[in-house]
Amino acid sequence: MSAVLRPLAEAIADHVRDGDVVALEGFTHLIPFAAGHELLRQGRADLHLVRMTPDVLYDQLIGAGCARALTFSWGGNPGVGSLHRLRDAVEHGWPRPLELHEHSHAGMAARYGAGAAGLPFGVLRGYAGTDLPAVSTEVAAVACPFTGEVLAAVPALRPDVTVVHAQQADRAGNVQLWGITGVHKEAVLSARRAVVTVEEVVDELVPRPGGIVLPAWILAAVCHVPGGAHPSYAQGYSERDNDWYAAWDEISRDRVAFSAWLADEGLLPGVAVAT
Amino acid sequence: MTPVAGWTAAEMMAVAAARELRDGQVCFVGIGLPSTAANLARRTHAPEVVLVYESGTIGAKPSRLPLSIGDGELAETADLVVSVPEVFAYWLQAGRIDVGFLGAAQLDRLGNLNTTVIGPYDRPEVRLPGAGGAPEIAAGAHAVIVVLRHSRRAFVEVLDFVTTRARPEVVVTDLGVLRPTGPGDELVLHSLHPGATVEEARAATGWELLVADDVVETPAPSADELGALRALVAGDAAVVGS
Repeated sequence: MSAVLRPLAEAIADHVRDGDVVALEGFTHLIPFAAGHELLRQGRADLHLVRMTPDVLYDQLIGAGCARALTFSWGGNPGVGSLHRLRDAVEHGWPRPLELHEHSHAGMAARYGAGAAGLPFGVLRGYAGTDLPAVSTEVAAVACPFTGEVLAAVPALRPDVTVVHAQQADRAGNVQLWGITGVHKEAVLSARRAVVTVEEVVDELVPRPGGIVLPAWILAAVCHVPGGAHPSYAQGYSERDNDWYAAWDEISRDRVAFSAWLADEGLLPGVAVAT
Repeated sequence: MTPVAGWTAAEMMAVAAARELRDGQVCFVGIGLPSTAANLARRTHAPEVVLVYESGTIGAKPSRLPLSIGDGELAETADLVVSVPEVFAYWLQAGRIDVGFLGAAQLDRLGNLNTTVIGPYDRPEVRLPGAGGAPEIAAGAHAVIVVLRHSRRAFVEVLDFVTTRARPEVVVTDLGVLRPTGPGDELVLHSLHPGATVEEARAATGWELLVADDVVETPAPSADELGALRALVAGDAAVVGS
């Protein structure tokens, strides 16, 4: 398969299905908000969401009732506080119970890396002495066959679809991203299908220091979505909208206010109802 | 706490935490209080300290306090920016980090940390953000510094959940400084900030807090330390320089 520049609505309709394991990745930077909102508009349901750092976008998806499960390692609104919708789902089962698959950052990174490499598990020196293995079926002890050292094994992560935002694509659908690239590469390469939204389509990709190129032939779709990371940012194109993140705290605190916000933004999938 | 003229308890805590970093150390920084302290150290007594954030920014030199670990200025000023899998595997796990600087919601008498849940895991009263980088920062760094506010809610006899197994070499709070010099490496209060008392510290601790016989007073923030901290917080790059 090879990526073709497609409208966002088409790409989401074709590649994100109900029940999918979906990763919308971004480590503070290049978070695919626009794509996530399109997913909401199209009323995708029963998703198993994956993200190292669920933030406001995931608060919205979870609060809207799109998710049955979440795989993650740190969920908060950086510098502001809790994700109230995520907490409501976990603490009170609203709007529906959320099944958690929890890891550390290093564990998630190892899971994605194993998935990208086509291996069944990742290995790391982690989790020892913590309570996480006791509440997870996704951490096992494994002994090094050469030294005998006991390490942690975590199963490979293979999303059905990964969606990320990037700075540029050329007209053939090759993508380049730079700055804090986070786990973008591993999330794309571990997925069965990958959709990338970009700020700009250029005639030629000029190599950037630290830039990651994702060739068109590993991508299912590339979409031109300027501002597609807002309120997150795209290095060289936009600044993080810190005020927006701060304002989210109030909007999301209360179920009714949150539901009203979804309706006002035209994001109601017709699934969640405020009580 | 009795108010002290000239600075806040939070400022004293940041200054005391900053002092624990030595110049030239490679420091893996958690966001929040740890980031404030590490950046303050870089602008005062430790200009060669290498700041590493879990976003993969190595040698970051921000001119103002980053709101998050993914702030653009961290990437713009870093010596190099690597991927998240790389920073955890090749830099932290492989033993290249001298100091891990962590915060927490709860801490026990040994310095283990909880950032996962208050209440039972399956139906928590409060769902906290989760582990993030902390477990591997504590395991991989050669030393760990913890900074958090000293309260009964935080200093608990038994953690609701052990997110991070840690044996910090120092714990800095808004009341004082603790070190693991007790039996079984239990934390002991060694220094009280100006205006704080042993009684306050004991009252804010959920176990019988050990206090050193020779407990001292933390030196007050100097004009330089306070000036640098306030400039950082205000984002006043022109004053502090970069």
